[in-house]
This record gives sequence, structure tokens and C-alpha cells, in this order.
Amino acid sequence: MKDTASPKICIRGLCKAFGSKRVLDGLDLDVGTGESLVVIGGSGTGKSVLLKCVLGLLRADAGSITVDGEEVLGATVDRREAINRKFGMLFQGSALFDSLTVWENVAFGLLAGKGMERKRARQAALDKLAQVGLGPDVAMLSPSELSGGMQKRVALARAIAADPEIIFFDEPTTGLDPIMADVINNLIIQTTREVGASALSITHDMSSARKIAHRIAMLYQGKIIWAGPVGEIDNSQDDRVDQFIHGRAEGPIHMAVRA
Amino acid sequence: MSAAATAMRALQLVGSFVLTALETTGRLVLFAGAAISHCFRPPFYWRSFGRQLIDIGYYSLPVVGLTAIFTGMVLALQSYTGFARFSAESAIATVVVVSITRELGPVLAGLMVAGRIGAAMAAEIGTMRVTEQLDALTTLATNPMKYLVAPRLVAGVLMLPLLVLIADVIGVFGGYLVAVYKLGFNPATYLQNTFDALKMEDVVSGLVKAGAFGFIITLMGCYNGYTSRGGAQGVGAATTNAVVSASILILSFDYILTELFFAR
Repeated sequence: MKDTASPKICIRGLCKAFGSKRVLDGLDLDVGTGESLVVIGGSGTGKSVLLKCVLGLLRADAGSITVDGEEVLGATVDRREAINRKFGMLFQGSALFDSLTVWENVAFGLLAGKGMERKRARQAALDKLAQVGLGPDVAMLSPSELSGGMQKRVALARAIAADPEIIFFDEPTTGLDPIMADVINNLIIQTTREVGASALSITHDMSSARKIAHRIAMLYQGKIIWAGPVGEIDNSQDDRVDQFIHGRAEGPIHMAVRA
Repeated sequence: MSAAATAMRALQLVGSFVLTALETTGRLVLFAGAAISHCFRPPFYWRSFGRQLIDIGYYSLPVVGLTAIFTGMVLALQSYTGFARFSAESAIATVVVVSITRELGPVLAGLMVAGRIGAAMAAEIGTMRVTEQLDALTTLATNPMKYLVAPRLVAGVLMLPLLVLIADVIGVFGGYLVAVYKLGFNPATYLQNTFDALKMEDVVSGLVKAGAFGFIITLMGCYNGYTSRGGAQGVGAATTNAVVSASILILSFDYILTELFFAR
């Protein structure tokens, strides 16, 4: 299924700074076709910045990002929109449009992006909602009427609605109870397999990372310090990775703590 | 602190203020240019546009109508008080219709809509910004400028003149009510005086002003919401800025457009 020989996303020498703070400092990363790659790292290490650079939400200072061999940094607005049609994205806070109903949220990419007629788009949205375990009774509700877990499921349905080639997950289990987190992990595995998509996720939830990843990469001080198959992370031979995956306060990584 | 240092500090503050003002103006002009260009380039989001027409036009009618009728009534009353001293009561109809169509209709409607619509737009788009909904639009291959800003801008430019036209009629009617039922004017004479004083250029200048005010209100609402930062506090600040900046610009452009139309 996965094919890392011809990367779907290829990132080389990516740099991004905010003022004097260098968040990404020459980052290299590949995501293979059909592969699920999880980037782990502490809070504030630049995981979200990495994702936003790939999605075109932030402009990288230097480096290269190619999607299917096409350079996306510096692409025109129209080209960027065309590239974004290959993407699906699950936001940390779900980012559902609160002025639209649940089904309109799920079908948004089909209605606004692909110009599908409303009746067909509604049916497609109901199918995707069913795929994430939600019945047609929630379709007409407003996002604010749903619990956090249900909102996450709707956001996942929206991310996969247009059958994207690459799906991005930003902290998919943050703020959920352990059972709902596992439900979301299962849905991520199931939906990405059904769509046959590549997946790039960022998280600091190790149980989620172990469950959804084929490969894990660790981001620290703007660079990938370790990357490998999920089964090898416990034998990484890197103290920083060990400290992070075991959640130890003591070790080579010192978090900035203010009294 | 020496006098030279104090002067230097004052100069620094003035310089910093001027630079910030220029930077903001530049950003606003670029934003307006991008927004206008999206109004003419497909895809067009008709559903979103229709919703804005209803929001700006239909739902603003009560507040604009009430403002207009009371303004017309007060204008007739005040004019009578003043003109009675010179036995010039017959000029009341002229004062009411000219004031309403040229100035009070567009300016008061603009200010009321700025408070209602400009604030709502800044709050809605600002909330979308801080909850990543604008980013979500981008990832769904939808340009937020095209989907959110362009429909609002066009709807504002179209709806404000319509609202002002209705406000003109209601405002003149307010003056008529006071003149006829309180001050005892003859209805037919009052109406005749009104129509005699009414000129096409008065109405047209008011409608052109209204179109410009519609653009200003929606632009400031969208710009402040789009560029808001920092959670609830940022959205609150964006809302305030949208209303204040739109109101000031409306009054400034009212003077500029009046100069253009009527300066001899």
C-alpha cells in the first residue's frame, strides 16, 4: 500500500522564522504515497508551522516543498487552489463553519470547490457522515449543538468528503477523552485506508502516534532529529526521542518554564 | 530629561504614528484592490451573495426607517421654530426634502448600517479568523476573499442606495406628518412645495453617496475582521475599529462628495 520510493510530499531545507525566532531551520521530510507519517514534538517546536507551510497558510522563508513532484512554494494563487484540491485537513479545534449546518460543512468542498449540485452533495455528505459513525439526524444540526467528539467526527467527514489524496491531521485527539480519542484514531486509520490517501499528522499524543503511524518523525529545534518506522521508535538510540516518548521531565530537552 | 531629549522623544512618537498610519493605509488599499478584483473574477458565490443582500438590505430596514422618520419629524419641527421668526414657514417642505435627500438620508442611514452591519461583519469574520475557519476555507480550495469579502462588498454597494431611497421617502413622510397634523399645514400645499423643491440631482447625489458609504462600511467590516488577531479581545477590538473607522470615513467622504457635486 505505502510507497516511500516516490514521495507524495517532499520537503527540503524548509526554514521559517518569526522575527528573530527560527521555528523551522532547514527541515527535511518525505511522505510516501499511501503512507501515514506522524510528526511528534513538544509544544511550540513548530509542528503546526510545518503543516501550515505545506498547506500554504504560511509562507516559508526558504527551502522547497513539492507535492507529486510539483513545487508549491511560490505557486500562483490559482495553482495553489488546484494543489489544495488534493488536500483534506482536520483542524485541532475542528474549525467547522458555524453559519452552516453539519451537512453543509461536510459538503463544503463539493459545493464551493467543485460546484456539485446541492442534492448530490447532500447525499455525499450523508454517506461521509455515516462513514464516521454519525446518522442523518445530525445533518441538519448546527455545529454548536454537537459535543467536541462529534465535532471532530464531522470535521473528519469534511476532510475526507472530496476523497483527497493527502490528509493532514493537526492534533486529532487533543481535548478528547481516551475512549473518544481511540474512536477518532480508528476512524483516521479506517478513512485514510478507504480513501487510499497519504496522511501527515502532528501530535504529542504518543498512543495516538503509535496507532495511526506507519512512520514517526520527531521535530526538535527546527529540524527532524529522528525518523523511522513506528516499531523502531523505542530503540531510537536518541536520548531526546526517549525522553519525549516516555514523557520525562529530566533529560536533554529542557522546557521553558516560568515561575 | 533635557528639552532636546523631550523634543526628540516627541518627534519619535509622531514619526512612529505616521509610519503606522501609512502602513495601515497601504494594507487597506491592497486589501481593497484584492477584494475588488475578486468581485469580477469567477467563481461567484451567489448563495452567499443573496444572504448578504438580505442581511444588509432587508434586516437593516427597520433601523434605517425609524431613523429616517424621526429625523424628518424633528427637521420639520425645528425648521418651523426657526422660520416662524421670519414668517418663512412655507420653506419647511423645501428644507426637509433637500436636507433628507442630499445629506441626512445617506449619512444617517450609513452611520446606522455601519453600527449594525460593519460591526457584525467584523465580529463574524474575526471569529472565523481566530477559530481557524478562514484557514479551513483555504484548505477546502476556497479563497476567503472571494467567498466572504467579495459578496459583502457588492451587496453593500447595491443595498445602501436602495435603503437610502426608502429612507428618503420615509424621512419626507415624517416631515409631512408633523407639518400637516401638528403644525396645521395644508396637505396639498405641503406636498406641492415638496415636489417643487425636489430635484433629480439631489436624489442622485444622495444615492451615489450611499453607494460609496456601502463600500466603506463593508470594506472596513471585512478588513478589520480579516486582520484581527488574539482571540476574543482581538475580535472585540476589530468590531470597535470597524464601526469607528467606517463612521469617520463616511463623514469625511460625505464632505468630499458634497464638494464634488455641489461646489460652484
